[in-house]
Amino acid sequence: MKADLVIVGGGPAGLAAAISARDHGVERILLLEREQELGGILNQCIHNGFGLHIFQEELTGPEYAARFVEQLEARNISYELDTTVLEVSPEKEVTAINPVHGLFSIQAGAVILAMGCRERPRGALNIPGYRPAGIYSAGAAQKLVNIHGYLPGKEVVILGSGDIGLIMARRMTLEGAKVKVVAELMPYSGGLKRNLVQCLEDFDIPLKLSHTVVEIHGKQRVTGVTLAQVDENQKPVPGTEEFLSCDTLLLSVGLIPENELSQQCGIQLQPVTQGPVVSQRFETSVEGIFACGNVLHVHDLVDYVTQEAQAAGKYAAHYLQGGRRQGAPIPVLGTGGVRYAVPELVYPKSLDDSILIRFRVGQVYENHGISVYLDDERVLHRKKRVMTPGEMEQVSLDRELLAARPHLQSITVTLEEEKP
Amino acid sequence: MYDVVVIGAGAVGCCVARELSQYQLHIGVLEKEEDVCSGTSKANSGIVHAGFDAKPGSKKALLNVLGNQRMAELAQELDFSFRQNGSLVLCFQEEEIPKLEALLENGRQNGVSGLQILSGGEVRQMEPNLSPHVAAALYAPTGGIVCPFELTIAMAENACVNGVEFRFHTQVQAVEKQEKGFLLHTNQGDFAARLVINAAGLFSDTLHNMVSKRKRTIIPRKGEYCLMDKQAGGFVDKTIFQLPTQWGKGVLITPTVHGNLLIGPTALDILDPEDTATTAQGLAEVVEKAKRSAEGIPLRQVITSFAGLRAHEEDGDFVIGEAEDVPGFYDLLGIESPGLTSAPAIGELVAQWVAETLRPARNSHFVGTREKIRRVREAYPETVNQWIAENPAYGKMVCRCCQVTEGEIVDAIRRPLGARSMDGIKRRTRAGMGQCQAGFCTPKALELLARELGADPREITKAGEGSRILEQEGCP
Repeated sequence: MKADLVIVGGGPAGLAAAISARDHGVERILLLEREQELGGILNQCIHNGFGLHIFQEELTGPEYAARFVEQLEARNISYELDTTVLEVSPEKEVTAINPVHGLFSIQAGAVILAMGCRERPRGALNIPGYRPAGIYSAGAAQKLVNIHGYLPGKEVVILGSGDIGLIMARRMTLEGAKVKVVAELMPYSGGLKRNLVQCLEDFDIPLKLSHTVVEIHGKQRVTGVTLAQVDENQKPVPGTEEFLSCDTLLLSVGLIPENELSQQCGIQLQPVTQGPVVSQRFETSVEGIFACGNVLHVHDLVDYVTQEAQAAGKYAAHYLQGGRRQGAPIPVLGTGGVRYAVPELVYPKSLDDSILIRFRVGQVYENHGISVYLDDERVLHRKKRVMTPGEMEQVSLDRELLAARPHLQSITVTLEEEKP
Repeated sequence: MYDVVVIGAGAVGCCVARELSQYQLHIGVLEKEEDVCSGTSKANSGIVHAGFDAKPGSKKALLNVLGNQRMAELAQELDFSFRQNGSLVLCFQEEEIPKLEALLENGRQNGVSGLQILSGGEVRQMEPNLSPHVAAALYAPTGGIVCPFELTIAMAENACVNGVEFRFHTQVQAVEKQEKGFLLHTNQGDFAARLVINAAGLFSDTLHNMVSKRKRTIIPRKGEYCLMDKQAGGFVDKTIFQLPTQWGKGVLITPTVHGNLLIGPTALDILDPEDTATTAQGLAEVVEKAKRSAEGIPLRQVITSFAGLRAHEEDGDFVIGEAEDVPGFYDLLGIESPGLTSAPAIGELVAQWVAETLRPARNSHFVGTREKIRRVREAYPETVNQWIAENPAYGKMVCRCCQVTEGEIVDAIRRPLGARSMDGIKRRTRAGMGQCQAGFCTPKALELLARELGADPREITKAGEGSRILEQEGCP
């Protein structure tokens, strides 16, 4: 098998990247998806709220995915389902397995990584106790309920107020389960404001900030958890323990980009995002291998995944048409409350457009502004009333700003307090 | 009437059953849990000890060294994972070097080959991630690592194929000595046996005390562990011990045979033989003690933690042999570390006793080999493609973290003594043992198990009774 462009993953990122690459002139595209259907995690996200930015409509996850699947089909882009990629070599040979073709390899001209992310498991938290049935990641519970039609339990405690946790609090409630509490280790929620309102407040589900599960009870099946308040160092405060009976504990304690393939390939990863280091073209440290979507950094809205993937598709097409990164890169740094910034590198000689820098903040900031410095010179400043870790921020830099500074050393995104 | 009943289907019981199956005997294994390998055997360090620790002349010393010598051959015959990676016992002060030397001498007396003392520098050359404070170490090249699940399951499957009957969910409640043999009262009815082998692990004292006047006490000694992802597996190559204390071999750092990194165990004597809960203190202790050997342990890669219980007998040695006042009742008590290593040798010893007592004929149909579940991730591409051509399920990935296919899971369910629970699948195939800890593969594995067993998915359990995965009502 041969292809100009192989895309690993048929979720929102892979779909948009494929469509965009075709629209920019790539003929032989092969998209590989491990599940039996295209759409990725959107297929189990049957709630609404997708597409406000891209379509100015509120769609469900499957509806949002379907729009892109239709576009893919309309362009006759090839894809293989039930296909797991086992290896991507730096020479862009992709090895995959499926029931029809067996174990096979494809020599690609370029590769786009769009594998998405996975949830942090209980083990990563080291919560003491037995290891009974009844502990699920929120996403696994979502799949059981929405795809398979089974309820994992009836009395639920949710640890972590990431978006999936919030969505599942509502979903389990609608299915007749009693969600007793959502506990969050941090003093703020990790989810979107609208999910806090629509999933918890509207259903009178309490959110306990600065709380965590310190013990899981039950040997065969969960019988309860002990919650405790935590101090500013996230350590449980003795004496604040409270037992809550439940048969199910859902964990929504963070998402990790799924980069085993990237690591095997020798692609450089960024320690904060745990995704590949990319340039403004979404090209990784290995030339001709691109990354976009949640495998790159965890996004809050799928709309942004789509936009990012469209750009990655365009640049992969450009690469296949002979476009190579030129010159030395300039680092993009996040400081002063900015946890990370993507892209991490800008190749000024390969700039063909303005640069969109996406980032997240490390805690809740009120009355701050986002500033961008080119070396020591502040070139951009925008006030923002509230910024939270749960919401991705972005800032756009005009190409001309960089073009005018041929000796630029660094681009810095930072937060600055606004004087009242 | 059974010729022999083995009580307990852990590593020891299964090794005994497998060795006994070489004879023309009617053999039963009674296990109270839903699967083999459900007690101590499922939660331990997975170490094949070299054998330098135990007191010369003790049963532990003898059986450890024998078991170690047998392991490579058995791993080949029964197709389970084993690697002779070697082990190091570290000391952190010059003054302690004589203790290493004493250990070396102890090992020599036990018949352990290849032992040598390495300087701190030599040790760090061998294992660059170890602490700069390591003063010296005892190196044992014959130390190894094994998968305790695979070993136990392989033994059990082989025993089963050779005619041994396994009865699960069968708890022995009373043992009655009769004129010729024993009558075992269980929750599943009575079973008669000419000889009884007590391999009941943490409950072996209870079983023993049902028939013997010389009472025994097993103390459950809890050990907590943290397991790290395969990305961390290369942190050390050898099994790293610290100088032993009265509580045992201390906290170790080791790669597992599947390439993960394991640290632990603690050692805390407790009362409840079923208390396998981890504790905040225990886990903190593991980390703190392991850091003594190597400061940079990649703790961010921890994917799970667990606790296991060793069956510690007061006298400190294995108590094995015919109960003194109960002819025909053989005890295998206090099989704590190096129990896993010793299990094959214990099995051979018991088979010898039984053969001398019952004088059975050899089982001419005995098949001494067994093939493991086909593993797509380990096979050559041509082989994989042949499998997929025969059965497309081998091309369908279910567990993405550990790369386990549908074909492997179905095999795990259909083979002799196949998996009946999610944990059963996990221990046989590793599905669910990776970074996401079954987050992604649970729904699919559940569906396959239900399909193969002809059960409603809501009946499927994690590990037997009381551990159903799904809610029984609700959800249309």
